[in-house]
Amino acid sequence: MKIPKHDVAVVGIGQTKFRSKRRDVNIPEMIYEAVKMALDDAQLEPKEIDAVIIGNMDHFEGINFSELLCGIEAAPGYLKPVVKVATGGTTGSSLAICGYHNVASGIYNNVLVVGWEKLNEGGATTGIITAFDPVWERPSLAGALGPLALMAGMYSAKYGITPEQAAKVTVKNRSNAANNPFAHLQMPNITIDYVMSSQMISYPLRLHDCCPQSEGACALIYANEQETKKITDNPAWVHAVETAHYYTFGTDDKMFDLPTATIASKKAYKKAGISNPVKDLDVAEIYEPTSWSELSWTEALGFCKPGEGGKLLDEEITQMSGELPVNPSGGVLSTNPIGATALVRVAEAAIQIMGRGEKRQVPDVEKALAMGFGGSLWTEIMILGKNPMR
Amino acid sequence: MTDDIEKKVYRGRIKVPYKHTGGAYVERFITEIGKSNKILGVKCPKCNKVHVPPKMICHECFEKMDEWVEVQNQGIVKGFTVVTHSTPIMPLEPPFAYGIIKLDGADTDFVHIIKESAPEKLRIGMKVKAVFKENPRKRILDIEYFEAI
Repeated sequence: MKIPKHDVAVVGIGQTKFRSKRRDVNIPEMIYEAVKMALDDAQLEPKEIDAVIIGNMDHFEGINFSELLCGIEAAPGYLKPVVKVATGGTTGSSLAICGYHNVASGIYNNVLVVGWEKLNEGGATTGIITAFDPVWERPSLAGALGPLALMAGMYSAKYGITPEQAAKVTVKNRSNAANNPFAHLQMPNITIDYVMSSQMISYPLRLHDCCPQSEGACALIYANEQETKKITDNPAWVHAVETAHYYTFGTDDKMFDLPTATIASKKAYKKAGISNPVKDLDVAEIYEPTSWSELSWTEALGFCKPGEGGKLLDEEITQMSGELPVNPSGGVLSTNPIGATALVRVAEAAIQIMGRGEKRQVPDVEKALAMGFGGSLWTEIMILGKNPMR
Repeated sequence: MTDDIEKKVYRGRIKVPYKHTGGAYVERFITEIGKSNKILGVKCPKCNKVHVPPKMICHECFEKMDEWVEVQNQGIVKGFTVVTHSTPIMPLEPPFAYGIIKLDGADTDFVHIIKESAPEKLRIGMKVKAVFKENPRKRILDIEYFEAI
C-alpha cells in the first residue's frame, strides 16, 4: 500500500434541490447552481480552481462529451484540465475518488468535482441497457430494475428477510429525507402499509421499494493540507478510498451478497484504522437503489453478519437515534440523480463530519463512511474523518 | 476456422425520445426573435463582451451574465463553407453555405446558414443580414437564414 503524498480534505460542498424535473434550467445552468454553491462555500474564486472533473452518463440525456460544454460553462474549467468520468451508478464515487487521487498525489493543490444528471430528459434504462453484452444480455437481463428485483428475491429466500423489513427501510430513509432540504422525495408521514400497498413493479420490488429518478447536481472541492488551512478550520478529511470493480455475467455469481462491498470496505477499514465499523463509524451514507439493497449492503459492509440486515434494522441500530445511523440524508431511495448520486453520499458524509446537517445532524460525528454502488455490482468506499490522518 | 462459417452480425437499434430543456436564456432569445425579429445577447459584467447566442455564464470569466442587449440583425462573415450534398436533416435544400457570422454589436461568433452557394459571391468579410421566418416555431431556425446585403 503506497502512502499518499498529501492529506486531502473536502473544503467546499454544493448541491441543488433535487427534483423530478427542472424545466427552468438547461443542463449547464443546473450544474452551475451546485458549482457556485461549492465555490462560495470554500470562498474560492473560479480562477483559483486547479482542475475540474465532471461526471454523468452520456446516454441518459443523449448529450455526449458533456465535459466540453459543462466543463467551461457550468464549472471554472476554461483553459484548465477538465476530464470526464462515467462509471454508471458509481460515477459520483468515482468522481470523489479521482478528485482525491489528483490532490493526494500532489498533481494539483485543489480539484473541483461535479456530478449531475437530468433524468427526465431521456431514458436511463435505455442507457443502462447499452452497458450490457449486446448478444447475450440485452434481450434478457439488461437494465437496472430486473437484476435488482432478482437480487431481492434471492436475498429474501436465503435469509428470510420480509417485505415488511424492506418497507421499513423506505420509511426510515424517506422520513430522514424530510429533514434534508435538498432531498427529492420527502415523506415525513410515510408508513409501512403505504410502501407495501404500492404498485408491484418487478416482483418483489414495489414502487416505493425503488429509488426515484431525479434531476440535479452535486459539487465538491478538495484541497491539500496547505490549502485547506487557508480555506477552513472545519474541513472533512479523507481517511481512505477503495474501489472494487468486477463483472458478473448474468446470474453467474452470488448477486445479493455484493462481494465488492465486503472487499472494498475491509480494505478501507484497515487503512482508516477501523476494527468494528458499527462502533468506530458514527454515520454511514450508503448507495441503496432499493429498500432490499440497504439491508443486504449493511451486511456486506460488515455492520452485521450475513443474513442479519433485517435484524440490524429491527434493533434500530441504523435509525437516526441508533448506534450507526444509515442515510441521514434520505439515501438513494429519496434522491437519485445518477451521476451525482454517489457524490451526494460523500457530500453528506462530509456535511455530517462538519456538523452542518441541521435537522438531520447526527451528534458528534468523527468518522463517516460513504459508499457508491453501480456498474456490474461495483463498490466504491470513502471514509472521512474530523481530523487529518497524520 | 474456415471461411465458409457464417460470421453473424447482430443489428442494434436504439430509439430514445430525448427532451432538451432550453433554459431561461434560450427561451428569451427565441421568444424575442419570434415576437419582434430582434436578436438579443447578454453582456459579461467583468469583460464586457456581448455573447450571442446568450448563455448564463461567460466561460472566460466564469461570471453570471444578466444584462440583456440588442445587437444588429446584420454582421460580417468570418468564415464559410458550401454544402452541396443533401441529407434528410438539412435545414435547406443544398446548395447553401454555413457561415461564422459576427453580428454588429456582438463580441462572439454566431454560426448560421447563408443562402448563397456560388463561391464567387461568398467572401470572408462580406456583410449579411438575417431573414426571419414568417411563422416562428421557437427554434433557432426562426432566423431562417442570412443573405448578402
